Amino acid sequence: MDEVYDVIVLGTGLTECILSGLLSVEGKKVLHMDRNDYYGGDSASLNLTQLYRKFRPDQPPPAELGRDRDYAIDLIPKFIISSGELTRILVHTDVTRYLEFKQIAGSFVFRDGKISKVPSTEMEAVRSPLMGIFEKRRAKKFFEFLQNWKDDDPATHQGIDLDKDTMKAVYEKFGLEPGTQDFIGHAMALHLDDDYINKVARPTYDRIVLYTSSMARYGKSPYIYPLYGLGELPQSFARLSAIYGGTYMLDKKIDEIITDPATGKFLGVRSGKETVKAKQVIGDPSYFGGGTSGASDGGKVRVLEEGKVIRAICILKHPIPGTDNADSVQIIIPQNQVNRRNDIYIASVSSTHNVCAKDVYVAIVSTIVETSRPEQEIEPGLALLGPIYAKFVSVTPLYIPTSSGTEDNIFITRSYDATSHFETVVEDVQDVWKRVFGSDLVLKKREVEVTE
Amino acid sequence: MSRTQHQFKLVLLGESAVGKSSLVLRFVKDQFDDYRESTIGAAFLTQTVTLDDNTVVKFEIWDTAGQERYKARAPMYYRNANCAVVVYDITQTASLEKAKTWIRELQRQADPSIIIALCGNKTDLEARRQVTKEEAQKYAEEEGLMWSETSAKSGEGVADIFISIARKLPKNVPPTASRGAGGATPTGRARVDLNKQTPTAGPDACNC
Repeated sequence: MDEVYDVIVLGTGLTECILSGLLSVEGKKVLHMDRNDYYGGDSASLNLTQLYRKFRPDQPPPAELGRDRDYAIDLIPKFIISSGELTRILVHTDVTRYLEFKQIAGSFVFRDGKISKVPSTEMEAVRSPLMGIFEKRRAKKFFEFLQNWKDDDPATHQGIDLDKDTMKAVYEKFGLEPGTQDFIGHAMALHLDDDYINKVARPTYDRIVLYTSSMARYGKSPYIYPLYGLGELPQSFARLSAIYGGTYMLDKKIDEIITDPATGKFLGVRSGKETVKAKQVIGDPSYFGGGTSGASDGGKVRVLEEGKVIRAICILKHPIPGTDNADSVQIIIPQNQVNRRNDIYIASVSSTHNVCAKDVYVAIVSTIVETSRPEQEIEPGLALLGPIYAKFVSVTPLYIPTSSGTEDNIFITRSYDATSHFETVVEDVQDVWKRVFGSDLVLKKREVEVTE
Repeated sequence: MSRTQHQFKLVLLGESAVGKSSLVLRFVKDQFDDYRESTIGAAFLTQTVTLDDNTVVKFEIWDTAGQERYKARAPMYYRNANCAVVVYDITQTASLEKAKTWIRELQRQADPSIIIALCGNKTDLEARRQVTKEEAQKYAEEEGLMWSETSAKSGEGVADIFISIARKLPKNVPPTASRGAGGATPTGRARVDLNKQTPTAGPDACNC
């Protein structure tokens, strides 16, 4: 550990691994460390032993769940939206050669006490019980308006300015019912609450376009998922980094973040008696005071809590009722339907994705915590699952860095938020990159050494 | 006669500096570099072997990229590996002990059908030999492994070890090793290929 590095990266979550992969390709000398003996940090996928060790340290996994190695249980419920930025990074960096993807079979939305499929084809849309016949016509006009919108052609704007008018104004122009607004804003634009309604329409337009183009890409749902679990994603970027000279150390306790007493600038990190120096450090909030196991750091407050997310990992012995026995689904319970401020999400995968034994299904119910009894808040979600074989609940604070890091060369990433896909993770990667380099992240096609 | 091609994932294991990358470089490019530093940039190597019966075996070779040091090997590395070459240095007794550790790990973590070849490298340094042929061979027989010795420097035995593995790999099952991007292999079974261009993009695609 006596060498000097350009960048030390702490934590092997997806955000940090994408960054170290890109930094290594860029020619930076990277040392990447994690206190755990597995890759992925908070975005890891765990086998049964690891899962029970984390949530129920005094209880071994039940034998009837089958072989340990058949399991890769995600800690965070997210899917990859197929036309999004993460897909672009996966393709540009060529880490797709280490990964295989499958579609998520369907996307559902909760309305008036039951779940209905978000239509993925015109046929499904015509048959969908989500809208009455007249509302379907109005919705069709709304979607045609979005489809035809061209920024430089005012004739397509129908008097609306996406950058000035609110989404409320757009809904009103097309006379859409509150239920349809819920559907569009939550099941398609994937807003977590209703704040967007009184904001300008442009971001919601962009989100609907992302959703519909993703839906069109492979068919059944807008989402894809890596076989063997989300934990494969950080591993693949870690491999990219290692191939470009990145050094990896797991199971390495970080005891101290060393800064210059005079300037406060980053000098290095200490693990036991070893100290390693670098110009810059990038790390997840848990290494900088977020949570209890942070390293000693002179009492400096580097991260702030921005709210909490509750996640209940549920092991089921059956597909989720009402989903047509789908092997994987997303179910959104819009906040209005259950008198909340934030939506409840369910993400489910199964042995089809090589994340659990045959005939086992894993569903994660999650939401942003609003009260002092978070477990009660997710009950409407749990109620949709049928009998639950095992349930592992966590309430996780979401941390954000208090400063950009440009002053002290300490660049901290954000916790994984409650959104259902990785687009905000990529935004964080781009943000950290800009803080580190002072310029935007530009993806270059890497030279690949393939010999036939 | 038609040539059928089978693709298999091969992983390399072994202590640092036993010559894993050199072995692959000799096999794939028939090159040797005396001062090759630890593996950088060897992203993804493939090499084909044609057997006597005209079957073609394509190896998709995964180098450790140094992740075997500091307990940082990723589970992804073993995933779906059809065969493994575990390398030791015949001039370093400790490297055989390390190889045994890797073999135990493979037996525990990898698919039970994996074919493991133990390979004693650096036979060009015969004068400094510490590990006898008998000792290594005996261990390999006990564990049911293939075994041979090589010199990545002179090329001796290198092609043989890969050809022996190619012969032993099952050809009756459709290969499962290929991971997406290879291009030549079908992605099959509802798997999606991210590298394919989107046929329809943008809001035109909305069906609602």
